[in-house]
Order: sequence, then C-alpha cells, then structure tokens
Amino acid sequence: MADDLTPAAAAAKAALADVTPEPGSKKLDPILIANGVRRTFGGITAVDVDHTEVQRGSITALIGPNGAGKTTFFNLLTGFDKPDAGTWSFEGRSMEGLAAHKAARLGMIRTFQLTKSLTKMSVIENMKLGATGQVGEQWWKGLFPFMWKQQEAEIEQRADELLARFKLDHMRDEYAGTLSGGQRKLLEMSRALMARPKMVMLDEPMAGVNPALKQSLNQHIKGLRDEGMTVLFVEHDMDMVHDISDWVVVMAEGCIIAEGTPDQISNNPAVIDAYLGSHQGKSLLEDL
Amino acid sequence: MNWSNIFEATLSAFFGVNAMYYAIAAIGLNVQFGYTGLLNFGQAGFMACGAYGLGMTAHYFQISFWWGIAIGIGYAVVLGLIMGVPTLRLRADYLAIVTIAVAEVIRLIVRSVRFKVYVGGSDGINEFSASYRRLSPYVESGRYPLSPFKAEGAVPYVMLAAMLAIGLVLGAATWNKLGKRFPSVPQRAGVGLTGVVWMLVLIAASLRVEYTGYSLWTVTVGWTLVAIFSVFVWLLMRSPWGRVLKAIREDEDAVRSLGKNVYSYKMQALILGGVIATFAGMMFSVERGSVQPDNYSRDLTFYVLTALVLGGAAKISGSIVGPMLFWGILAFADVFLNELVKSNGGSVEVFGIQLIGNISQVGQIQLMLVGLLLILLMVFRPQGLFGNRKEMALDGR
Repeated sequence: MADDLTPAAAAAKAALADVTPEPGSKKLDPILIANGVRRTFGGITAVDVDHTEVQRGSITALIGPNGAGKTTFFNLLTGFDKPDAGTWSFEGRSMEGLAAHKAARLGMIRTFQLTKSLTKMSVIENMKLGATGQVGEQWWKGLFPFMWKQQEAEIEQRADELLARFKLDHMRDEYAGTLSGGQRKLLEMSRALMARPKMVMLDEPMAGVNPALKQSLNQHIKGLRDEGMTVLFVEHDMDMVHDISDWVVVMAEGCIIAEGTPDQISNNPAVIDAYLGSHQGKSLLEDL
Repeated sequence: MNWSNIFEATLSAFFGVNAMYYAIAAIGLNVQFGYTGLLNFGQAGFMACGAYGLGMTAHYFQISFWWGIAIGIGYAVVLGLIMGVPTLRLRADYLAIVTIAVAEVIRLIVRSVRFKVYVGGSDGINEFSASYRRLSPYVESGRYPLSPFKAEGAVPYVMLAAMLAIGLVLGAATWNKLGKRFPSVPQRAGVGLTGVVWMLVLIAASLRVEYTGYSLWTVTVGWTLVAIFSVFVWLLMRSPWGRVLKAIREDEDAVRSLGKNVYSYKMQALILGGVIATFAGMMFSVERGSVQPDNYSRDLTFYVLTALVLGGAAKISGSIVGPMLFWGILAFADVFLNELVKSNGGSVEVFGIQLIGNISQVGQIQLMLVGLLLILLMVFRPQGLFGNRKEMALDGR
C-alpha cells in the first residue's frame, strides 16, 4: 500500500503522523481553525464544537451518526447559516459573519448533500458559471461582448478540460436535468473546481451513487489532494472514509467526540458507542 | 357578420398602442420573472413611476418635459430599492406580497385627497404631453394607412425593407423550431423562405390597417422602444451576467456557493426590469396626454403577467408576441361578439340557452372567452407559445 502513495498523500500522512488522536488536537499547518462554534435550534443544540483544526493539503472526513450536526457545521463554516457563538478562521482570516459568497471567494467552495445542479441549464453553462472573477458578470460590461469574449473562451476551454477529466464531456450540451444522480455529483464537484478553490467541502459526495462510480469518485477526490487542495467531506460510507481520508473527525450530538487516523478511529470505543450505543454486546436484561 | 371589420380590428390591436406598451412592460417583467424568477406583482407601480415622473415634471415642477424621463427612471430605481431591500433576502413569496402591496400603496397615495396638490388626486394630471406631440413628423389628425402600396415617395421602399427585416427575424425564430423537421433544407434557405412568408403575412395584414397621425407617432416611438429594449435584454441574457440570473432562478444556494452575490444580482434584475417598465408607463401616459391613478391598479400588473406567460416566459420573442396576441384576442373577441349580437338581432342563443341577452353583456363574455383560451393554452402548451418544452419537462427535480 505505502509504496503507491502520491507525494501529496505521503506528505499529508507524514504531517498527521505525530498528531495526538484526541478531539481538538493541534495540527502542524492548519488551513481551517474553529473555536467554540455553537448553533441552537430552539432548545436543541445542533452544533457545539470547542476546537478543531483541519490540516492543509489533507483529506479530512467528518463522520457521525444521523443528526450529529455535520451538515449544520458545514453550513456554519461556509456562511450558509449563522452561529449563536464562536469564531473560525480560514487561512488565518477570520470568517465570522462572512456571507456565503464571500467565503466562496476566499477559496472555500462547498457542494450540497442534495445536489444542486442547475437543471434547466446545459452542463457546459453550469461549468462556466463556476468560474470566478468574470468580467461579463457586471451588467454594463455584459452588454459589450468584446469585453468578455476572450475570457469566456478561456473559461470554456478550462470547463471542457474538467468535463473530460470527470468523463462528462459527452453530456456537454445536454441539460443538467437529464444527468443521472451520480453524474450530477460529478458535475457539482467539477463545477466547484471551476472556482479554483483552496479548500473543497463535500457534503456526502457518495450519497445515491452506484458502486462503480464510487470508485472513480474516490480517485477524483484523491486527485484534488494531489493538486494541493484541502478536502473536508461528510460521509456515511465507512469503507470510503477508510480508503481515502488522512484524518477523521467524529461528531455526535453536536460535539466532536474523537479525532484520529482512520485506523485509530475504527478502534476507538467512543466512536463505537456513538454509532452502536454504549450497551452493545450486552444483554438488555443486564441493566435491570 | 362583417368579417373584414373583425379582421381589421384584430390586426390594428395586434400592432396597436396597447400591445406596444404591454410589450415594453412585459420585456421588463421578463427580466425579473422570466429570467431571474422574481415574482414581481407590482409592475403597475413601476409603470406609474414613469407616468408620474413625466406628469409631475411638466405640470408641477415647471421644468422641461424631457427631465421627466430621468425623474421617472429615478423613481423606478428608488421603488426597486424600497421593494427589494427588505424582501430579496427572503423566499420568493415574500417579494410577491410586498410588490403587490407597494404598487397599491403608491396608487392609493397618488389618488388621495391629501396629496392632490402634488399629484392631482383621483383626477390625475392632464395636458402635459405637448412637447412630445410637437416632435411628431405626422399630421395629427391625418389618416395614415399602414399598407406600403398606399404611401408615396421613398416611404414604400423603407416600409417594405422594414417588413422584410422583421420577417427575417421572425423567420429565424420559426426556422429554429421548424428546421429540425426538414434536415435536408439548408439553414439559410429555410430562414430566407420562412422570412419571405412572414413578410407576405405582414404585408397582407397591413393592407387594411389605418392609423391616425397621432397614434402612428406613439406607435412609431413605442415599437422603436420595444426594439431597443429587446436588443438590450437579448445582449444581456447571452452574457455571463444573464447566466448568473438564470442560475439564480434555478437555485440560489448553488449560485451563492460559487461566490456570486445573489442579493446584488436580484436587486439589479428588479431595478433593471422596473426601469424598462417605467418607459411603458411613460408611453401610456403621453399617448393619452393624462395620468390617471386608477390605470395603474392590480389589473394592469396581472394582464401584463398574463400576456408574458401567454407568449412564453424567459423568451424575448414571447415577451413581444404575447402582448400582441393578448390584445389581438381581446379585440377579436370584442368585435366578433358585437357583430354576432348585431346580426342576430340583439341576443345570442346556443342550443336554446341564452348566452348573450343584450349588447352590454359582450364585455363579460369577451373576458370569459379569453380566460377559456388561456386555460386551454396552459393545458396544452404550459410553456407559452414560444417557451421551451424541454425546459418545462425538467421542472420536477
């Protein structure tokens, strides 16, 4: 196994090798740091994260049972929801109170659990939308094609390259609504790459994807790390988490209960408790 | 039955003043509703901005009529901000509620007794369009046939050239749909052929239509504005800016996640559409030479919306042809029913059931007929006449 690691994967592994496997552990070179982030819905505390850091250039998995607050935590970090308390920073910049589009402009691009492909636009239009800093996106400049035509051609070329890489090029001019569920996941991921992100946040990239496509999605996610991006993803598929992640963060009932490498996590009693309950293996009558 | 009467009335309505200012308002609404998905139910309010901009300027501010255009645009921008700032961050339904309310508030304020000294109350403002009328190259009371064969000098050639141009534009749109069925015919030949057919239809249609010099001036200015705004919106919608708007219509959060300021884009669309609609209000008021508050009620908003949906939302052609058809159908139903009642001696019976008792009931039956037609259209062609069926089919995500 170890000898087929790419340099980026080996670097991520090395960087995380000496980190203590405990909740809120310090990383060597964190790209994202969150402190005391809390979000309540009425009486329910959905997210209450004391401290967590994400290592730059690594693939970090965020796992936890249903209702653990993973997606809410995602929404908070990306500006799609406002926390009751807490601070977090991305590349040393405070992200507190930053609107979602500004977070995205800083290079933190997310995808959604339920894919948001723009169904009535063609695949290539979807892709072109992803590019940032487009001159023609100001209306008075949009009126004059000569101002944006050249940039548009460059964007289109990059979009075509990405589509080819994600094997969507045969669907280029089709409506995104005609894509299958798995293809939409691919489209959303490649559209996110159009924005040249520094960090990609994938919310359940494998949900509703068939096993054959899962393998290629795995490769694509590893490919992101090889290109120097940091990946944080939410997932339920433990095989996949074990296969591709360098570091695993486990949430339960809004809190981070464990952190560690995939191997450390799969033997962590707190994690097993959270997923299966603390009484597994015992007879129900024992407590009586 | 006087069929030539019916035909003539329908055709003049097709290219008439009403269809023209509805088309301008529909082009504006199309930017908001068709492309961006903003449920603006206050288009009448934006139109009132233009009308009162002109009226107040000439009548109360005592400055040149032409300043009124700038002031009307200013009103529309302010109105867009008032509507947009509190609601564009919320879900679409809230914008619908606020826009319809704001438009009504405007109407009720301008017709109130308290503000009568500034905006004329329920009498409105009258006699302010003299500067506009002086510009007209036509003799106001003269009669101008639309047929190119009745004109003199170079005019017929200009008219024929214009008809050919319009015909070719329509031909290109038609061939877009028709061409797939005849793959053996080359693109240019197809467009040319359908273009000539459209031109012949236009010539045939124009033969009996006649305008007075006064309405011809309004029609000329108005349709020129329609052409300018159509090109303007067409240019915008094929730019990256238009792409962002269409994406917002699909899913705001996706656009936000890609680093676009959705709020700002929605505001731009609301204001831009409102400014275009302002010109519709201006044309409407100068044509009548008066501004009446009750012309800018909810009915106007919903008729414009109906006309747009009839033509097909998110299509430039739909926003122009929709209003033409809307008024064409209304005029046809009106004259047809009137002729029917006349030729039947005052009442119309179908299978022994009295449908129309006397001529004063024609107005109600006319609207019923139009309603029925719209229902049928929604059943059999929900995307509107020019809309895209494939896009509609993708609605259920």
